[in-house]
Amino acid sequence: MSSTRGPATGSLSTASRAPEVNEDIRFPQEEGGSSVKQRRRKREIGTIIRSLGCCPTEGELHDLIAEVEEEEPTGYIRFEKFLPVMTEILLERRYRPIPEDVLLRAFEVLDSAKRGFLTKDELIKYMTEEGEPFSQEEMEEMLSAAIDPESNSIHYKDYITMMVIDEN
Amino acid sequence: MGSGTSTRHHFAFQNAERAFKAAALIQRWYRRYTARLEMRRRCTWSIFQSIEYAGQQDQVKLHDFFSYLMDHFIPSSHNERDFLTRMFTEDRFAQDSEMEKCSDYESIEVPDSYTGPRLSFPLLPDHATALIEAFRLKQQLHARYVLNLLYETKKHLVQLPNINRVSTCYSEEITVCGDLHGQLDDLIFIFYKNGLPSPERSYVFNGDFVDRGKDSVEILMILFAFMLVYPKEFHLNRGNHEDHMVNLRYGFTKEVMNKYKIHGKEILRTLKDVFCWLPLATLIDEKVLILHGGVSDITDLELLDKIERNKIVSTMRCKTRRKNEKQMEEKGKANRKSSAQEPIPWFLPQSRSLPSSPLRFSSYKAHKTSRSSSIPCGGCLDRRELSRQVRSSVELELERCRQQAGLLVTGQKEEPSRSASEADSEAGELQKPTQEEWRQVVDILWSDPMAQEGCKANTIRGGGCYFGPDVTQQLLQKYNLQFLIRSHECKPEGYEFCHNRKVLTIFSASNYYEVGSNRGAYVKLGPALTPHIVQYQANKVTNTLTMRQRISRVEESALRALREKLFAHSSDLLSEFKKHDADKVGLITLSDWAAAVESVLRLGLPWRMLRSQLVNSSADNMLEYKSWLKNLAKEQVSHENIQSSLLETLYRNRSNLETIFRIIDSDHSDSVSLDEFRQTWKLLSSHMNIDITDDCICDLARSIDFNKDGHIDINEFLEAFRLVEKSCLAGDTSECPQATNAKDSGCNSPGAC
Repeated sequence: MSSTRGPATGSLSTASRAPEVNEDIRFPQEEGGSSVKQRRRKREIGTIIRSLGCCPTEGELHDLIAEVEEEEPTGYIRFEKFLPVMTEILLERRYRPIPEDVLLRAFEVLDSAKRGFLTKDELIKYMTEEGEPFSQEEMEEMLSAAIDPESNSIHYKDYITMMVIDEN
Repeated sequence: MGSGTSTRHHFAFQNAERAFKAAALIQRWYRRYTARLEMRRRCTWSIFQSIEYAGQQDQVKLHDFFSYLMDHFIPSSHNERDFLTRMFTEDRFAQDSEMEKCSDYESIEVPDSYTGPRLSFPLLPDHATALIEAFRLKQQLHARYVLNLLYETKKHLVQLPNINRVSTCYSEEITVCGDLHGQLDDLIFIFYKNGLPSPERSYVFNGDFVDRGKDSVEILMILFAFMLVYPKEFHLNRGNHEDHMVNLRYGFTKEVMNKYKIHGKEILRTLKDVFCWLPLATLIDEKVLILHGGVSDITDLELLDKIERNKIVSTMRCKTRRKNEKQMEEKGKANRKSSAQEPIPWFLPQSRSLPSSPLRFSSYKAHKTSRSSSIPCGGCLDRRELSRQVRSSVELELERCRQQAGLLVTGQKEEPSRSASEADSEAGELQKPTQEEWRQVVDILWSDPMAQEGCKANTIRGGGCYFGPDVTQQLLQKYNLQFLIRSHECKPEGYEFCHNRKVLTIFSASNYYEVGSNRGAYVKLGPALTPHIVQYQANKVTNTLTMRQRISRVEESALRALREKLFAHSSDLLSEFKKHDADKVGLITLSDWAAAVESVLRLGLPWRMLRSQLVNSSADNMLEYKSWLKNLAKEQVSHENIQSSLLETLYRNRSNLETIFRIIDSDHSDSVSLDEFRQTWKLLSSHMNIDITDDCICDLARSIDFNKDGHIDINEFLEAFRLVEKSCLAGDTSECPQATNAKDSGCNSPGAC
């Protein structure tokens, strides 16, 4: 796919994003062959969108998938349908990632006693009962990195700092 | 009560709402984080896999190149002819092993000081179990017992059919394991978790027991022992790595020679025999077919059942007979076929006249001379990928030789062929397989499934094909099978279903690429033959790491390997970059960088995604490519004294060089004479685009021969360029060159090297 696809409008930087989108989406192909008409399984769309810098909620993700999937749901998404939608999302800067300070405030809301940490049980309760609940696997994964085994709690300020550094 | 309660309620509601929103925000953020982690993991995976497969492809190409030279090169002297003959001694090996008695092991004495396990035959279950325990304690089995065991193993294998038929009515459960690749920890874990083999517990090991890992010998000993103890319940399939040619490159040969300094050669010779007698496939209840690689659109189980499987000594290179040749021989004629009718190998310019369709012919009988006699399939596709340099330099070399000899190639087919075929025909009973027989075996040992329908040449591996769901369906229907179990490909979870759950890939070597890279798995088949998968990861360290840490470690390792590869192609990259820099500013866009890198390396990796890891500094999306290349070099070996192009070439061909050395070093003495070294270098330099004068090579050779005994051992050579792998010193086969100062190579004439 050449870099001339995508809307003609938009700044230079976003136009040069379009080929990046192509590559990223075409990339996770396991089997041999380079068929242009790639199909992606629905659940992988979330991974793709998020790795392109977007941060949608699960609900937003479902809406998006509904928008691009086939009339008869095959469990696959076709690239040609996905690309224009994705390009628009990027140009509109939809689903912006969450800044560090906003994230911190979110933790502080849950930490009503303002101790600077949440206990393991509290974290589990919030993450699995509130918002868009985590699956068991997601919860375990988060706990493995977040919880300080000695105090059995998450010091969220340090946690955020560590995760953000890791990102970059 | 009224307003107070409602205010409290209002606050409570607000708080609940805020908590809800806060939780949702955190979850949203976290999910993005894990998605990015997943992307990194897949990138890393892609890097490892593409480098691994590119390496396999290299080997095939290299073999083709040298085989072709061997067949067509007109030696200008007796010495050169001998040299070339010795380069491919597989046929001579056959001669040797026929002449030597296999019961040689009886003459080997085991010293009293030996504290390892002692075997006596017929083997008992206790012996096999004792082996596991001994190896767990890092003991080594004495060469005498190794050879004895191999001898008995071969005796047993010879009686087995090509396709083993197993029934579940005798044993309650059957466990199928995939690639082990010398990782003893995984095998021990499987036996520990699943139980030892017994009359009630059947096992099938689906090939690739050796190479890459450090305990291939031990794994073979254990597997063979159990096979002898429980012949009806314990089954082995041959994998593409059960092949002495492949072993030369991927570490098994080296492991044997390191562990058995005196008897290693003999062990390898015997193993060559044992490997080619391994069965090709296992069939359970006539319903589940287990084989190592896969199938193709021409896979014919009836034919596979009937061929003499031991004729296919190696899937790498095979002198095959043509069908009518076979008939002619049967009629009593003994002349060699004229080379004019032989198909043209991929690396010659003439091959451009071949059809360019990437799809294979569906009917094998319709094949024209579109395939070379030595590569598994699809010569037409390889053509697109080969480097123009190789073609022209090979042609040049051949031209020179032809001129030297004053002869035309086609007119003198007798001369060079004789030296090669002499050994063949003298090998006595070891007849050559037909082209079709060989193809059938290569297909089942090398193929990979793909999502698209159809069947096409597996150019990434250089052997076998990619087969689609329709091919699977066709095969299952034709032979009334339920599904296929295969291995051959590493999977992150240790297993993967595809083709509508008709094909199961099972891979049992955990942490294959790097600690934390993947799980291993095995599959148990119950009474209804429904598969039940068990996963594991045999490494204590990974269990304590978080997913993030695991991915980072593996990622680092992959990126290091990738940077090495980039460095090895520095000059090609530079010229490619320059093409994008028409104004000669010294800058190119990052997009151009990605395009250039892919066109040189051809790994099919998402370079834009990897860019941030590989390119440190770029202003306004532009890259100063020269300084980037310089930085790459700095990370690698410091090379003040050796010309960088030479170093680069060595780096790129590091594993090739070793393979070549080991091929030349036919007696596995680990040393080559200075003369052999020179000849090798000459051939290699025509294969690569490096101009090295004879004097330079001699100087190089002499300076490398540290102890001046007229011989260079491989370690001396690699040491001189600090390319010694850690494995030589530490006994583990991970590939990792040391980054230290290189010694003065003596190649001082400017411009000559």
